[in-house]
Amino acid sequence: MLSSYFQQIIVLVGINMIAVLGLSILTGFTGLFSFGHAGFMAIGAYIAAIFVARLHLPFWMAVAAGAAGAALVSIVIGGLTLKLKGDYFCIATMGFGEAVRIILNNIEYVGGARGWESLPQLTSLWVVLVLAVAMVVITWNLINSRHGRNMVAIREEELAAQMAGINVFRYKMVALVVSAAMAGIAGALLGNYIQFLRPTMFNMVKSTDLTIMVIFGGLGSISGTIVGTIILTVLPELFRNFAQWRLVVYGLAVVVIMVGRPQGVMGGFEMTPSGIRKHFAARRARQALEAELRAAERESAA
Amino acid sequence: MSTILELKGLTKQFGGLTAVNDVSFKVAEGGISGLIGPNGAGKTTIFNLITGVYKVTKGAIEFRGTPIQGTEPYLIADKGITRTFQNIRLFKNMTVFENVLTACHTSARYGLLESIFRMPRYWKQEKELNEKARGLLEIMGLQDRMDITANNLPYGLQRRLEITRALALDPKLLLLDEPAAGMNPDETEQLMRLIGEIRKMFKLSVLVIEHHMDLIMGVCEHIHVLSFGCTLADGTPDEIANDPKVVEAYLGSDEEKKSC
Repeated sequence: MLSSYFQQIIVLVGINMIAVLGLSILTGFTGLFSFGHAGFMAIGAYIAAIFVARLHLPFWMAVAAGAAGAALVSIVIGGLTLKLKGDYFCIATMGFGEAVRIILNNIEYVGGARGWESLPQLTSLWVVLVLAVAMVVITWNLINSRHGRNMVAIREEELAAQMAGINVFRYKMVALVVSAAMAGIAGALLGNYIQFLRPTMFNMVKSTDLTIMVIFGGLGSISGTIVGTIILTVLPELFRNFAQWRLVVYGLAVVVIMVGRPQGVMGGFEMTPSGIRKHFAARRARQALEAELRAAERESAA
Repeated sequence: MSTILELKGLTKQFGGLTAVNDVSFKVAEGGISGLIGPNGAGKTTIFNLITGVYKVTKGAIEFRGTPIQGTEPYLIADKGITRTFQNIRLFKNMTVFENVLTACHTSARYGLLESIFRMPRYWKQEKELNEKARGLLEIMGLQDRMDITANNLPYGLQRRLEITRALALDPKLLLLDEPAAGMNPDETEQLMRLIGEIRKMFKLSVLVIEHHMDLIMGVCEHIHVLSFGCTLADGTPDEIANDPKVVEAYLGSDEEKKSC
């Protein structure tokens, strides 16, 4: 069997992946930046912990409740902020994330700032793997549908999307709610894996970590999100022996990508058979067009 | 001929500035109407008012007899009014095909869960959407360019794609905002023919903003002239071409000419 340390890394990758996939729908495909997604994770984590440790309900119910709780809160946040233009949504999510953390600091029922220890360990490797794969499939199916295309249209050109009959507010809301629910699931799994919760685990650094993984992998690419999550979760673990230096390596990796490949590891490219076919078809079609234009130019010159 | 769109005393103020002042005109069903005027006359503002991007300050807009002012833009598109933009607004990182496919979305009804779980209705309607998008691209002569990222298209084809995307919504009224901007006379003539063809083929009414007088005089059956937000003239191309007020707005008055 795998060593427990190795298993632990896989579980962390899986949990992060669930949260980052959700954020990828919101940021990578719909074009809304959030710096408060750790807040949704926290809501999912604490609701799930209450369900198992205080109410003694089954684990699956706790995870579902965590997802539902985060989704409900996101509806309120979205209703208040998604009609605002420009960067206000981003700023509002930042405030939201911090507010969740500070509220949790002050609720003694869930341990307050000291944290909440000795939770049961109910999250297993298999649960995480199955859920992570399920989330990849759900994300893929959502993006490759008329709903997903409408989200991408909003990212690309919001005004034109409106003129094309797309209910921009509704689709932004759908993206936010789905991403919040996924963050809620990730949070629920996390708390019941590491067996303790502390509000500082869900600070702004955690939120930006998630966003960086999306950007690092490439906005608008599911395979990029997967690659980005794996690299940026495993990298700091590999360098754990170097103590503080691991954060330097992490930072360096991000800077190298941002400078050398600002569109992220994958760009908008999908590492799938259909994605590869599409990539080459686009190149062929472009070359054919360029050749035709050159020929037409020569003709008019002659 | 019946009326598809009617503006009644339409007024739009931005703070103290009156961009559109008490403008009234009709667009005939199945016809091609032109909206012209010097820069800053309020032409694009009128498009933005019709499509719900701006809120109407005063007056009414009636589409097929029912008022539509105050309706959300996406619902106006749903009712059958679509537009193109003066500065092209494509979904730049999508392919040509995806641009049109996305705009076809109103022809499908499958829901979120149906797409997540890939239910039968998803497959059936996706197939229909694909066929529709492909058919439109063929009609518009873009079938060989389907796989190109919209960004990489030459300018003229980008304009053509934008019109194709608008047609994907099965509009009753198509608003074209300077479709010939930046085109040479050859391309402009091609575009004129295209506008005439799609009007017949899709049984559309068209309202077009344009500065190319050849295009306006060539295709429009009715022209409305604006100047500084106010109506200057309204009539057939011949009437407009011989209207002294229009000539003055475009070329300046005799007195000004003398002083030059």
